[in-house]
Amino acid sequence: MRTLHQFNGGIHPPDNKAQSTQRSIARAPLPSKLIIPFRQHAGEAAKPIVRAGDHVLKGQLIGMPVGSISSAVHAPTSGTIAAIAVQPIAHPSGLPDLCATLIPDGKEEWIPHAAVDHRNSDPAELRQHLRMSGVVGLGGAVFPSDIKLRPGNQKIKTLILNGAECEPYITCDDMLMRERAAEIVQGAAMLCFMLEAGEVLIGIEDNKPQAIAAMQRAVADSGLPFEVVAVPTIYPGGSAKQLIRVLTGLEVPSGKLPTDIGVQCFNVATSYSVYRALAHGEPLLSRIITITGNVRQAQNFEVLLGTPVQDLVALGEALPDTDRYIMGGPMMGLPLSSTAIPLAKASNCIIAVSDKLFPPAPPALPCIRCSRCAQACPADLQPMDLFWFAQSREFDKAQQFSLFDCIECGACSYVCPSHIPLVQYYQFAKSEIRAHGHDQQAADHARERHEFREYRFEREKQEKAERLAAREQAAKQAQPAVPSINPADTMQQKIQAAIARAREQAAASKPKNTENFTAQQQAEIAEIEARRAHIHELAKSADEPSKE
Amino acid sequence: MGAFFSPFISKPDTVSRIMLKVLLALLPGIALYAWHFGPAILASITLASLTALGTEALMLRLRNRPVMHFLSDNSALLTGWLLALSIPPLAPWWLVVVGTAFCIAIAKHLYGGLGNNPFNPAMIGYAVLIISFPAQMTHWLAPHGLGLVEPDFLEQLKYIFIGALPPNVTLDAVTLATPLDTLKTRLHLDESVGQILRMPIYGRLAGQGSEMVSLGFLLGGLYLLAARIITWHIPVAFLGTLFATAGIFHLADPAHYAAPLFHWFSGAAMLGAFFILTDPITSPTTNKGKLIFAAGAGLLTYLIRSLGSFPDGVAFATLLMNICVPLITLYTQPPVFGKKGKP
Repeated sequence: MRTLHQFNGGIHPPDNKAQSTQRSIARAPLPSKLIIPFRQHAGEAAKPIVRAGDHVLKGQLIGMPVGSISSAVHAPTSGTIAAIAVQPIAHPSGLPDLCATLIPDGKEEWIPHAAVDHRNSDPAELRQHLRMSGVVGLGGAVFPSDIKLRPGNQKIKTLILNGAECEPYITCDDMLMRERAAEIVQGAAMLCFMLEAGEVLIGIEDNKPQAIAAMQRAVADSGLPFEVVAVPTIYPGGSAKQLIRVLTGLEVPSGKLPTDIGVQCFNVATSYSVYRALAHGEPLLSRIITITGNVRQAQNFEVLLGTPVQDLVALGEALPDTDRYIMGGPMMGLPLSSTAIPLAKASNCIIAVSDKLFPPAPPALPCIRCSRCAQACPADLQPMDLFWFAQSREFDKAQQFSLFDCIECGACSYVCPSHIPLVQYYQFAKSEIRAHGHDQQAADHARERHEFREYRFEREKQEKAERLAAREQAAKQAQPAVPSINPADTMQQKIQAAIARAREQAAASKPKNTENFTAQQQAEIAEIEARRAHIHELAKSADEPSKE
Repeated sequence: MGAFFSPFISKPDTVSRIMLKVLLALLPGIALYAWHFGPAILASITLASLTALGTEALMLRLRNRPVMHFLSDNSALLTGWLLALSIPPLAPWWLVVVGTAFCIAIAKHLYGGLGNNPFNPAMIGYAVLIISFPAQMTHWLAPHGLGLVEPDFLEQLKYIFIGALPPNVTLDAVTLATPLDTLKTRLHLDESVGQILRMPIYGRLAGQGSEMVSLGFLLGGLYLLAARIITWHIPVAFLGTLFATAGIFHLADPAHYAAPLFHWFSGAAMLGAFFILTDPITSPTTNKGKLIFAAGAGLLTYLIRSLGSFPDGVAFATLLMNICVPLITLYTQPPVFGKKGKP
């Protein structure tokens, strides 16, 4: 028996998983239209390589990965590309993104594809194959798997398969493990081979006894030395860093990756798609998604990527009082603005919501510093302090109190007796800090450009003055007898003197107050400088005709 | 539809329910209080409740805050009850009103209302009263069974509201100094602790009757722990330090220093340990901070009781430690996940 460890905090919300595990996974019927986003993964969006009107086959590449962190996008079925256009997608920003609209022809005609002999292939080749198969982390982060299989110099001691699925309501991983355990285990063997990992642990929360049994059976059948570990059910025990802590006792240092401590972690569904990609040559075209909540038929469906949410909702038969939908779980899910948006690689669950199911939170009261949030925080933060700093816009204090170690799991909001939307405050503070960082970079550029411009003006002025002096000198030498009474000359001298004075003043005042400033003050100064430069420019251009 | 964002589910805990549970936990103590000292305490609690709610509503109106939204959080009620339990039950009505109004208006709302007051409002109220009206703050009732004149409820009410005592009865005949106060005065008269504690006003552990009230608060406190309204840190550290300090003095000189259990069951020790120091707003948020805060309060309580001139030390110990809360919290930050072993 493996000794398990603990992380601090965590909560025990009602899991509500039984509703959607009564029926086995069903294949969703072919929708009449697929909307396939070109960005279904973390990193650069894939580049469209098909045009409207093109006929595509099932599994055909339609989006080419671009840049180092990216992944391929495929046609989930055969049919005709109706459009390549910007469409609404499920994203916290609410911003639309580029999608291909595919009208299926109903033939499900595959593009030729073949298994990869992974034992006799170079790991780099396998990674490229996974990248071109569009395999990304299906636990929610949708990070391209090929990148995670390139650990650099670090030796991977432990490969963890994450089957914890700690969010209430969601059961897609549970059902996948119950029904397709052998494939998951084979996928794990491939991952283990590519990473040259020393051991493989499969962590499953103990509220899924059937999945645990199925996985144990599959491991035993495979003869592989993998270990299925039942971990205590506690939210957010499925968060990678928390699961690593529970299974190994190791803590991923803040700002570091699991590979830095010799651990790599993949979701069980990712392992399954790695298996499909290598053993069958099938790119990632579908995934298991739970439809649950205020529905008649809570169930898991294997859904083609790009299927509109409304098609899945129809399969679940949402009850009449349903008035909104969540993508993901009740703790970290995203409210959907519309059901016309497509399901993508990151979609694991759709919850139909009515006021009865999730009653709206009562209006917030002030924080009474009861520190229930601190007791619940799995990252050992002091949420009430972070809330205070976010509210009073003391962002540097918030950063000092490790704001960016917050994983936004929502445990603090869940326990808050004042019903303060804490996570939203942290998201606000994080985005403000990030935006400020961008502003500062822009200001730095502006300042550099401005300084160079000033330098150039100075240099030109000086050169002009020198030329003028040389000409005068030449004129003097030519007519030494006649004293200069040209009023333009005295005028010119006055101007020169004024320029020299101005320059001295500038030199005297410049270095004084540009030291020992905070980053914010620097940014403000840069902004003012940039504005001043702009005015300067305007004045200069107004001056232009009178010169020369 | 209103605000709709994650998490979409929450624990059915509310500030109002938490405060209500704390009020409930006070009931055993209050019941024993009324049993041993007569029902006057119920009158002063009622008076304090009405004043607290009235002042809270007025202040919310003045501050343009939604009155019902905040009034229903029960926090003002709790402040009123705690103050009423800290002052003599036979205190004149205006003392209760002035004290409670001060707690709510000055100590709470002028600092920004719920969640923003640095000092425990009830203890501020107590401090103001004991400094401004020391005479009225000594009208403690004698417990039943001491052979003293025991005014009935109507007579108690008459005294509270119009200051009238039954004919031929003086105030001295119905009130007594508290057990802690008596101990202190008698020790100054060179009596030994052993001699003093043989006086009829003392019971098995501490004051006759008041020890039972303390027991009631201990019971309520255990309920708060079981219901997870409070954590063990503050009561354990406070009572532990009080016990240890009293124990050291007692072992060194039992004739001059009462036993630790006497301190536990005298005055506001139990009320302080479970109901006053545990006020989340005015105590540290970190576990380590709570231990330091409560240990400091335990030590100060003992020192003020034994060496100071006030009858009990809990209120001033609380206020003094309240001052230190931001500092304690700042210096007891637990290491963040993934940052352990780093400064």
